[in-house]
Amino acid sequence: MNIKHHLDEATLVSYAAGSMSQAMALVVACHISICPSCRERVSQSEAIGGILLDSLDEASISDDALDQVLACLDQEPEIDIEMIRTSKQHQPSSDLIPRPLQDCIGNSFEDIEWKRIVPGIYYYDLPFKTEKGGASRLMRIAPGKAMLPHSHDGNELTLILQGSFSDEMGRFTAGDIADLDSEIEHQPLVDSDEDCICLIATDAPLKFSTLLGKLVQPMTGF
Amino acid sequence: MDNNGSGEDVDNVVAMTQLNSSSDWSDLLQELSENKDKKIYIQLFSHFAPKVKAYIIRLGLVETTAEELMQETMLAVWRKAHMYNRSKAAASTWIFTLARNQSIDWMRKQKYPEYSLDEWIEEPDEHNHEGENLVTSDRMEKAISKLPENQAQVLYMSFFEGRSHSDISERLGIPLGSVKSRIRLASEKLKTMWRDDV
Repeated sequence: MNIKHHLDEATLVSYAAGSMSQAMALVVACHISICPSCRERVSQSEAIGGILLDSLDEASISDDALDQVLACLDQEPEIDIEMIRTSKQHQPSSDLIPRPLQDCIGNSFEDIEWKRIVPGIYYYDLPFKTEKGGASRLMRIAPGKAMLPHSHDGNELTLILQGSFSDEMGRFTAGDIADLDSEIEHQPLVDSDEDCICLIATDAPLKFSTLLGKLVQPMTGF
Repeated sequence: MDNNGSGEDVDNVVAMTQLNSSSDWSDLLQELSENKDKKIYIQLFSHFAPKVKAYIIRLGLVETTAEELMQETMLAVWRKAHMYNRSKAAASTWIFTLARNQSIDWMRKQKYPEYSLDEWIEEPDEHNHEGENLVTSDRMEKAISKLPENQAQVLYMSFFEGRSHSDISERLGIPLGSVKSRIRLASEKLKTMWRDDV
């Protein structure tokens, strides 16, 4: 996979810190699981967390904490590491669907109950919602369709899983991530022969429904 | 495998030598990953458990919850030790991610999306920066303390208060773009130190 568009440094730090919404974290985890260079970068950001952890003054823990934990260890079943490694290899895998997403939707885009917005444009909502309102959804857009130009109040992450699109930022193909913030206005146009399938998350829910609202409006191309 | 009663283990630890540098802790955790020995585990517990609890308290959770999540995190250290790989992360980094995931799972009642470990094994790393995990925590702490205050602040708010970019932007009354550029600058500065002077 030839990945050209990567995660923003600030996004990686937020993921490493555990400070982004579940919706955004899902998209980040998906990209990281298929992008060796972002994986390297996120491990460096996590190392900042390690250093910060190490720099903390110790909190007092309960006197019997160690005994309690040791008592639990005694009840742990012995783990056969070889067995785990072998069973992992037999897990069905998919080239198109990164593993963190497979945990939510399974191995095939075909089994999803897509909901139609307008002809050629479908979506599926993922069960990642938090009190702060982040949301994530899969979009499936037919060749030649475009979204209306839109900008964002907050951050928006789009991971391309199949097909491709182009916008003011360039051309995005499978594996690429568009990591945008409020300063960018764009109009993605699907330019592949097959449907373009993307995983999208925002951290500003209100704007997300506005975007959806705009999607329902007449599209360029029909 | 050590089958001593827990009381004896605790006594044994008192006699053990103190470890100071972060790379020693990583060596010790690597040992545990190869050999699940309670004596090794107890040393790691004594060092990391109070820090893990401090971290969880900083995230804003109450004492009793922090204690519980600390114990869960330390149990995960034992359960997942065989997955630890010293060349990929320092002990403090690995334990930080376990504590982070435990806390988030609890706070959101939803699993934090993780990139899975078997994918680490599948793809060999082309550019292996062995050195970066060996940077001492002293040195990194110094580096962090040298960051301009407004950059250190956004790092602390991210790591210790679990605040999203938009949350930080609201709190500090600065645009989202500024939050992101401060985090970017801070992170890139720290990473440069990793790369350059090991």
